[in-house]
Amino acid sequence: MSTGTTKLDVVVSDVVPVNDLVTRFHFRRRDGQLLPTFSGGAHVVVEMRDGDRTRLNPYSLMGSPLDTREYTISVRRDDVGRGGSLFMHRNVRPGHEMVVSYPVNLFSLDLRAKKHLMLAGGIGITPFMAQTAQLAAEGGNFELHYTCRTASLGTYADVLRERYDRRVRLYHDDLDERIELDRLLSSQPLGTHLYVCGPAGMINWVRERAATLGWPSETVHFEHFAAPQPGLPFDVTLAVSGKTIRVDEQQSLLEAIEAAGVDPPYLCRGGVCGQCETNVISFDGKFIHNDHWLSEEDHRSGCKIMPCVSRFEGRSLVLER
Amino acid sequence: MAAKSIISRPVYGTLSPQPGKHHLFVADAEGALAIAEMAKRAPAGFFDEAEIVFIPGPDGKHVAALEALKPAQFHEAPSFASLLPRLRQTLANAHMGLRLYLSGTEGLIGQAMQVALEAGIDHTSIETEHRGSLARRMQCVHCKGITENVTTQPATCAHCGLLLLVRDHYSRRIAAFQGVCINAEDRSEIPPMEEIFR
Repeated sequence: MSTGTTKLDVVVSDVVPVNDLVTRFHFRRRDGQLLPTFSGGAHVVVEMRDGDRTRLNPYSLMGSPLDTREYTISVRRDDVGRGGSLFMHRNVRPGHEMVVSYPVNLFSLDLRAKKHLMLAGGIGITPFMAQTAQLAAEGGNFELHYTCRTASLGTYADVLRERYDRRVRLYHDDLDERIELDRLLSSQPLGTHLYVCGPAGMINWVRERAATLGWPSETVHFEHFAAPQPGLPFDVTLAVSGKTIRVDEQQSLLEAIEAAGVDPPYLCRGGVCGQCETNVISFDGKFIHNDHWLSEEDHRSGCKIMPCVSRFEGRSLVLER
Repeated sequence: MAAKSIISRPVYGTLSPQPGKHHLFVADAEGALAIAEMAKRAPAGFFDEAEIVFIPGPDGKHVAALEALKPAQFHEAPSFASLLPRLRQTLANAHMGLRLYLSGTEGLIGQAMQVALEAGIDHTSIETEHRGSLARRMQCVHCKGITENVTTQPATCAHCGLLLLVRDHYSRRIAAFQGVCINAEDRSEIPPMEEIFR
């Protein structure tokens, strides 16, 4: 059960290939009404019904929050992932009826900031599409630094440059262009907030440099949806519901719990929000933690797991679920 | 030591050196001792990038102790009002990486924090340590006038003259505790006045 998120019945109104890897999907409400309002940085969980298998993946809303006639998401094709992005790219066509969650924002702007400094890497650009639209509409002060592999894979780089001109700075890996991060962070006026979305390595790098250079943690915001990683199958005992289940290679622990008819709370399904946090009663083996929610101490303790993205290898695992 | 009573009542910690490129200290009277003690735990060279703004108490003590820390800049001011333009200017020109440390009386900490909030610093990222007087800045909820250095409970509003109960209810935005008329039903009822915020 998705805590606090009612479902929305939508229809795919448009499918637009953006470049070799990224395709944009537009959703409208099936009843023709306006969609719920959202703020820049919000995401929805998209239900993908693929035969007898249902995948639930989070995607940032990238349209302007001022326009709720449609929601738009951009999906980067991942050829070695668990198949959610491939399903979207191969199977979803205009007219396709789908279900998405209400929007949830775990990466919102702090509107007390004097300035918003945004750092995007690759497909991490999507929440900034909505945030920049929101800020531009109210005269907000922002600056966006966007790193992409090549100009042709710089998703929406052209759109952003067109809209915001010099407020957008592009860096291309193939031209060996790099953000001068320390200089950038040290030259920001007091009252600036920092937002970073991109690969885990980039987020860790930016957070580490910001902390070292004296940015208080309250001013550093980041979002990285971990995709559940495939792995060895393992067995789990659900003590509260009295069931023993097997988690398949391509399945997440959360999906296996749901497939067994147990309905745990969830929100982001990407290891960020904390809703599906589950207590471990006993275990014999090792955890493969992939979330950004639990502390390192929690990870070491073996007392908690985030079933949306984390796995287990070993002889036995008993969860309080 | 200020105890937690209701959620808005500020609580203070112990100054500790933060990672950062510049360090700005604002202190009054015995607040200097908090800086001097923190200096013993600070990494070498910490004060090379530090500025200390200090309002000595009536006895004029502690100036030498702060100068001995050899901060990049040391500024002595006779009152908070006199250092306010300088503080505003410093914060307006500052960059991310500046860390703020406030130590001394509640009035000093509150008023300096108010200026910092206006400059966009989150209050949770400010290091604070209370030393010395617990005298309160109080805002009368009836006439909105602010009375400085309130030490008694109840206290008389310096503006409208009402007798006020000084609450723990605190506003960071106006850097003052709330004062509410204590005898609104019957003005002839005068509760005894005790000196409790020393």
